[in-house]
Amino acid sequence: MLSYVTLIFSCQFVGEFLVGALGVPVPGPVIGLVLLLLFLLIKGAVPEDLARVGAGLLGSMSLLFVPAGAGIMLHFHLLAEAALPLGAGVVVSTAATIAVTGVLMAKLGAEAGDE
Amino acid sequence: MNSLQNLSQTWVYLSASPLFHLTLTLVAFQAAVWLFQKAGRTALLNPVMVAVVIIVMALRVTETSYATYFQGAQFVHFLLGPATVALAIPLYRQWHVVKRSGGAIAVSVICGSLTAAATAVGTAWLLGGPRDILASLAPKSVTAPVAMAIAEELGGLPSLTAVLVILTGIVGAMFGTMVLDACRVRPWPARGLAIGTASHGIGTARALQVNETAGAFSGLAMGLNALATAVLLPLLWGLVF
Repeated sequence: MLSYVTLIFSCQFVGEFLVGALGVPVPGPVIGLVLLLLFLLIKGAVPEDLARVGAGLLGSMSLLFVPAGAGIMLHFHLLAEAALPLGAGVVVSTAATIAVTGVLMAKLGAEAGDE
Repeated sequence: MNSLQNLSQTWVYLSASPLFHLTLTLVAFQAAVWLFQKAGRTALLNPVMVAVVIIVMALRVTETSYATYFQGAQFVHFLLGPATVALAIPLYRQWHVVKRSGGAIAVSVICGSLTAAATAVGTAWLLGGPRDILASLAPKSVTAPVAMAIAEELGGLPSLTAVLVILTGIVGAMFGTMVLDACRVRPWPARGLAIGTASHGIGTARALQVNETAGAFSGLAMGLNALATAVLLPLLWGLVF
């Protein structure tokens, strides 16, 4: 179990290192994700203990956004100043993005043979 | 009397310790999840949103600064990185689908990325948003660290962008299902890809609760959209402004 915790942290660490060293415009953990994916593709299966560690982290992923979310208290004045353009921008754009991406993928994915 | 004094001294000591704000974060989230379940798991009572409201109220009442709160909450915040890495696991389980529809995924995410920036900036511009507000809003569908870097490059306010990223995530998690149903998007890969492109990790956390395939594609879309937006948005911004 501990060895897979170590593996996940190591993937993130190497990811952060590569991002810093190469100046790639992607966060370190995303590169870490790619590294862990490569590990799994080479291994050919998800080890049971890794699956357990992953389930622990992903099962409560929403919780992990709460501390950053509370940072909203620092920006109440800015949000209030431009409430209408910001609020409408976020809502309209989020709905439009979900619609465009979802419809395109459903259409193109069906052509590629997805269910 | 003596024991009362001890009690209050202990409280003063503990309420300033990181343990207190770490516990506050967990308790607020548990309460939010409880409420979410009591209300029939309606996406409108998004647990992240409810927990944030509880915590901000608690900090306001006790006149605690965000910096003090974060000293405790950072231990939870820190796990975001390892959790992002762990998204490789559901993604690996869907690898056969990813391989087969790589082109469809790339086209969908790039179009989604452009839609996100164009409609956000367009709407805010029509409503009179000034330039720095537009630049802060443009990368809001991208995961926070990348979005903040892009906003800085465009001349926006990175810390405002961080808040807009969180709001976008919550809005996507709350209304994503509704939009997808209205557009009759049924396959789980397409639903996940849409949520992840529009609302990054918060959307992905929600997608994982609904369906593992959707969660895997949402995580994939989050990473791809970070890349697409970081490359495309500064180029397009230079053409328009």
